[in-house]
Amino acid sequence: MNYNAAQSTAPKPPAAAMTYICAECGSENEIKPKEPIRCKECGYRIMYKKRTKRMVQFEAR
Amino acid sequence: MVAEKKNFKHDDIETLRSRVIVGRDRVTSTAGTDYPHNYPGVDLAFDMDTFKEKFQIKINRITKTDMEFDMIGVDAALANAFRRILIAEVPTMAISNVFVMNNTGVVVDEVLAHRLGLVPILADPTMFDFKTKEDTPTDLNTIVFKLFAKCTHNPNAKHGETDPAKLYNNSSVYSGDLVWDPKGEQAERFKDCPIKPVYDDIVLTKLRPGQEVDLEVHCEKGLGQDHAKWSPVATASYRLLPEIVVDGEITGEDAVKFQGCFPEGVVDVVEENGVKKAVVVNPRKDTVSREVLRHPEFEDRVKLRRVRDHFIFTIESVGSIAPQDLFVQAVQVLFDKCQQVRDVLEATAEPYGDVQMS
Repeated sequence: MNYNAAQSTAPKPPAAAMTYICAECGSENEIKPKEPIRCKECGYRIMYKKRTKRMVQFEAR
Repeated sequence: MVAEKKNFKHDDIETLRSRVIVGRDRVTSTAGTDYPHNYPGVDLAFDMDTFKEKFQIKINRITKTDMEFDMIGVDAALANAFRRILIAEVPTMAISNVFVMNNTGVVVDEVLAHRLGLVPILADPTMFDFKTKEDTPTDLNTIVFKLFAKCTHNPNAKHGETDPAKLYNNSSVYSGDLVWDPKGEQAERFKDCPIKPVYDDIVLTKLRPGQEVDLEVHCEKGLGQDHAKWSPVATASYRLLPEIVVDGEITGEDAVKFQGCFPEGVVDVVEENGVKKAVVVNPRKDTVSREVLRHPEFEDRVKLRRVRDHFIFTIESVGSIAPQDLFVQAVQVLFDKCQQVRDVLEATAEPYGDVQMS
């Protein structure tokens, strides 16, 4: 199994919409650059980034 | 137990040799002294035939995970060797590596990885090889499981419901959610006994709506001496058979009081010609709390002992290997160790020619 494949740097997509998580209601929001940072569900203005999709290896001890 | 009236001291040589003496405030005569030339007229040199004659194993109870048996006629060194081998040197399979793709739950990655490691895996370790650091994972040394769970709101939940299990889907992630991913010939080799966690109801982590876990785990073969997760037993232990010796008879109200000094079932009170009398019926049940010795009226009339070569052995398997198989495997481990020492000794003795090993 080659787990290093997932770690290779993928070519960066052109400024596309990013998904963020609302700090208030937890819903996922797609926000494009220059767009106001505001939740579409509840209007809250604090957003969290999603966790990296990079695989992490742990020893189970 | 029969009352020994003629010599009610327990410092006679036979008692000191074969019994551990439990005193009011101390335990004496604990060390075994069964060596040649230790007792006049008794040859205590190890002899295979006398060992075979005296050695006994009596199985008291066996369940799927637990077993109790009596091992009679061995030295503590041997009984203890089996106990230690059971705990630390019988191999099992356990999760050793966790590859986390995503984990947004409250339990952080390293804690979740540690929890996963402790989940007992139902797989026959004899079907696998040990994997060293240099080895690459193959279907002969690694088992792969996948775990994916995403928590969502349950649309059918009643209004005002407070139980997270009903309010959400996948609010708890259980060991049963681990999905075996057979590699190579594993699907064929284990078609009679698919590999899975021993128990499906071990909580691994808890999730709330929007959170998910997505990971892959690799199980390897290992020994308990490396990490407790590879120990095949919850515990393996032994105790010595208790013995209660009474001088004469304990009658009347004393008999009832005497009975009260022991756990239930150890002493019976019987009535003979209208007189109450205490009879020791099952010393095995005694916890040897020494309560009797606290009472002056009993202190000099009762002797508490333990039979030094009678081990009441208890094996509590974690569930991956049946307890009766575990003991056989432990014996095999000790046997292999002895064989190894023997081989080395024979190799070193060879240049001297005339050394003979029976």
